[in-house]
Amino acid sequence: MATASTLRARQARESVVIRFAGDSGDGMQVTGSRFTVETALAGNDLTTFPDFPAEIRAPAGTTFGVSAFQIQFGARDVMTPGDAVDVLVAMNPAALKVDVKDLRRGGTVLVDTGAFTERNLTKAGFAANPLEDGSLAPYQVLKFDITRLTTEAVKPFGLSSREAHRCRNMWALGLMLWMYGRDRQATIEWLRRKFADRPELAQANVAAVNAGHAFGETAEMSEHLVGYTVPSAPAEPGRYRTVSGTEALAWGLLAGMRGAGLEKMIFAGYPITPASLLLHTLANLKAYGVVTFQAEDEIAAIGAAIGAAYSGSLGVTSSSGPGIALKTEMLGLAIATELPIVVIDSQRAGPSTGMPTKAEQSDLFQAVHGRNADAPLAVIAAATAVDCFEVAIEAVRIATTYMTPVIVLSDAYLAHAAEPWRLPEAAALPRFPVRFRTDPTGFHPFVRDPATLARAWAVPGTPGLEHRIGGLEKDYDTGHISYDPDNHARMTQTRAAKIAGIANGIPPQQVSLGDDHGAVAVVGWGSTYGAIHRAVSEARDEGGDVSHIHLRYLNPFPRNLGELLARFEHILVPEMNAGQLVQLLRAAYLVPAQGLSKVAGKPFKVSEIVQAIEATLRSPHPRSPSPHRGEGARG
Amino acid sequence: MTVTTITDAELAPKDYASDQEVRWCPGCGDYAILKAVQKTLAELGAPRERTVFVSGIGCAARFPYYLSTYGFHTIHGRAPAIATGVKLANPGLDVWVVTGDGDGLSIGGNHMLHVLRRNVDLQIILFNNEIYGLTKGQYSPTSRRGTHSPSTPQGSIEAPVSPCAFALGAGARFVARAVDTQQPDVVAVLKRAHGHRGASFVEIFQNCVVFNDGVFDHFTSKDVAAEAQLHVEHGKPLLFGPNRERGLRLKAGTVALEVVPVGEGGVPPGDILVHDETNRALAQLLAALEPPAFPVALGVLYCNPAASYEAEVYAQARAAGFSGEPADLGALLRREGTWTVAP
Ligand SMILES: Cc1ncc(C[n+]2csc(CCOP(=O)(O)OP(=O)(O)O)c2C)c(N)n1
Ligand code: SF4
Ligand SMILES: [Mg+2]
Repeated sequence: MATASTLRARQARESVVIRFAGDSGDGMQVTGSRFTVETALAGNDLTTFPDFPAEIRAPAGTTFGVSAFQIQFGARDVMTPGDAVDVLVAMNPAALKVDVKDLRRGGTVLVDTGAFTERNLTKAGFAANPLEDGSLAPYQVLKFDITRLTTEAVKPFGLSSREAHRCRNMWALGLMLWMYGRDRQATIEWLRRKFADRPELAQANVAAVNAGHAFGETAEMSEHLVGYTVPSAPAEPGRYRTVSGTEALAWGLLAGMRGAGLEKMIFAGYPITPASLLLHTLANLKAYGVVTFQAEDEIAAIGAAIGAAYSGSLGVTSSSGPGIALKTEMLGLAIATELPIVVIDSQRAGPSTGMPTKAEQSDLFQAVHGRNADAPLAVIAAATAVDCFEVAIEAVRIATTYMTPVIVLSDAYLAHAAEPWRLPEAAALPRFPVRFRTDPTGFHPFVRDPATLARAWAVPGTPGLEHRIGGLEKDYDTGHISYDPDNHARMTQTRAAKIAGIANGIPPQQVSLGDDHGAVAVVGWGSTYGAIHRAVSEARDEGGDVSHIHLRYLNPFPRNLGELLARFEHILVPEMNAGQLVQLLRAAYLVPAQGLSKVAGKPFKVSEIVQAIEATLRSPHPRSPSPHRGEGARG
Repeated sequence: MTVTTITDAELAPKDYASDQEVRWCPGCGDYAILKAVQKTLAELGAPRERTVFVSGIGCAARFPYYLSTYGFHTIHGRAPAIATGVKLANPGLDVWVVTGDGDGLSIGGNHMLHVLRRNVDLQIILFNNEIYGLTKGQYSPTSRRGTHSPSTPQGSIEAPVSPCAFALGAGARFVARAVDTQQPDVVAVLKRAHGHRGASFVEIFQNCVVFNDGVFDHFTSKDVAAEAQLHVEHGKPLLFGPNRERGLRLKAGTVALEVVPVGEGGVPPGDILVHDETNRALAQLLAALEPPAFPVALGVLYCNPAASYEAEVYAQARAAGFSGEPADLGALLRREGTWTVAP
């Protein structure tokens, strides 16, 4: 569509961050998702992140009722939703109030002047109209009466004024699609499908999208209403879709179940933000052999998962910090009885109820150490939405191969974040078929595979293998109850050795960016991947001797990790907690690791990590004796 | 679902005993219940490989170790949750839950409530000794007011919960009661429980000889049993006494039962209430009867089957397309919103 206006005005951009913000009822999530699809179809790499209010139905027009959706897209690898917003779409005064602080100086803000009424300004807490008092001077402000323009566009379809008003988001979407030279076709088709039984709504929404688009195309160009091009990112050939961390986890669990050759997954959960999404997603996958069970509490949920594993199915449970805490005693049972379950922790800010919708990485200690007695289990973490798929498969593999509970650490950010994913071929997914014990000869419940130390998986229904297991200590050689002191020591050591031995079956730790030795290793885990990667990349562009190491395996660590870390002068560990991995690394390897902690309920900004890298590069070598750096000197 | 194996030889009660030495105190009521359960399994011809006993923690919960079936001794109070998972994973298994009054009604009260209302197809046997046996004799949620125990030296002051009334309130569709040493009754009740599809709840009065010896003597000892026990049977009048000379009828003008003499000098037999085990209100009245004014009601107080939880779960799964055959994962991932990057 090379019309006069596009040819005249389009400017090129490498990458752009847009935030759509409005009232909860303004449909900002839908708007953002549709923009995402069109952007993906245009071949950009992207990352998205929704930010919805904690309140279910916050009063309209208030600041705590603001719902936002952020997308960063571009011509190169996009790994975060972006530090600073380039374009803010603010559908009402409250959205402007909440979100303008993240707009970069010189950025563009698009407002619906029709929503800047006296009443809405008051509700948002503005004493004066920000469109008139000069407070938006640092930005380029696009002021259009979207409310009126939408009403006119949908007039032919005879909607109620309320319904007409709800088409405003599609008008804004149309304008943004124009601004970045995006197609509208997929959105138009989607609207027709969505409103298949209300054709007038479908037509009105399509008309609103088209009107917004045409406005950009034909309006008297204000100096700020400029079109841009964002070239497509180089991508490997293949079939793609966007995927959220939650979807990737759900499908990864299914793929893991298939890989293990299991017919069924029993997924038990108790509603909790942000983990419920996974329960909802899996509840729709019954055709694939998923049984979802909404238990009476988190204890019952993991109990059902354990019962399912005992009976030869994949047992999975999922929660967030407070619920994982409730599962603690059951985890001990799964460890003692050596049953394979997968426990997914979508971490959120705490302690206690904390900030349920905000991401944090503060359950690492809970996952690794949070149980009574010596109770080791495997802990792995997902780095990106797409990574959730592989991590879920890997969790199932470890659980079933080693007969152990596995905790998967995700978080509130990954649960919602989405990015493009090159779809794997189902046939190429990993296979690790389980072998249920059937042979009664020499059987007792704790006979072990000499290589993995996994005990036999003998499921009820198998003739000749009737046996009893439980939380009481069992004899190494017979599986009967035992209070023998030497036996307990031996069983404790065996449980530890089994988990430690998982390291023999995982890939050695790779460096995700940079050299495998040097001045600074930035070591991260979980959803900080994108921010760390970008920060290290920027620091390297400036000539910094920095590498990025990102851990998937948190217990046990990869075998080469200690040796790899020893090849760096400084180890910087950014975490969204008060410093947990940094302590585990120090404890395991006696290395002078330094933490960079952020506990704001918000992901790291790339710039925050860049600054920490620069400071680290300037600081003295921690291993050289220095009276001022006592702590670091002990490495 | 698992294939049923035909066991060639008929199994005797002793074939359901494991090789483990039983470690309850000598004289404990648990021994009698163990024998009754083994007899029940033999009479049912239960295939050992398809039978699973799940328990929590307590003296009672040691039970699975002494059976030659599959067994899972779990953690305190949580057996119903684990049993639910077992049943969801393999509805073809025959799953029993063994619990105590503390295990099932204190720490595990919430799970008990939910497993009953969900109607998971399990036989749940609650050994009620009105005491915490394993932890050395503290009062339990079923202990009567005034129970002296290490933690209540002046006597307990809490009102006890009645297990059967609780179960009925929770929506259980099978509720029954028996006395540990009355083996034929225990076996009969357990067989009925086994035949019931859905959650069946059986309370067994169990004597803890060490910490609560004789708490049930006022209705279980030989000399008073006939007077103090009412054995209910569906379709039969609610009669008791050495010569079944007394009965229960609805007290005129209220919703309450009263004891009346029957026959000569008493009310005509036709006035006596006939037990209807499908009547929940009657079951609640029966469950609440207490000596000395009333006999203790034993047998199947309530039985009114409905679809079991796991059966409905799988009905929904099949309706959603689950066949047991692996569905196409690749197609799922490609279901919507895909695009292709050409080579
Ligand atoms: C989490 C937890 N809390 C407490 C205990 C200690 N404990 C073990 S058995 C028991 C009470 C058992 O009473 P009951 O269920 O009536 O069984 P009984 O021993 O009387 O058969 C308690 C409190 C435990 N094992 N686990
Ligand atoms: S303490 Fe009581 S219930 Fe426990 S074994 Fe001894 S007698 Fe039986
Ligand atoms: Mg007890």
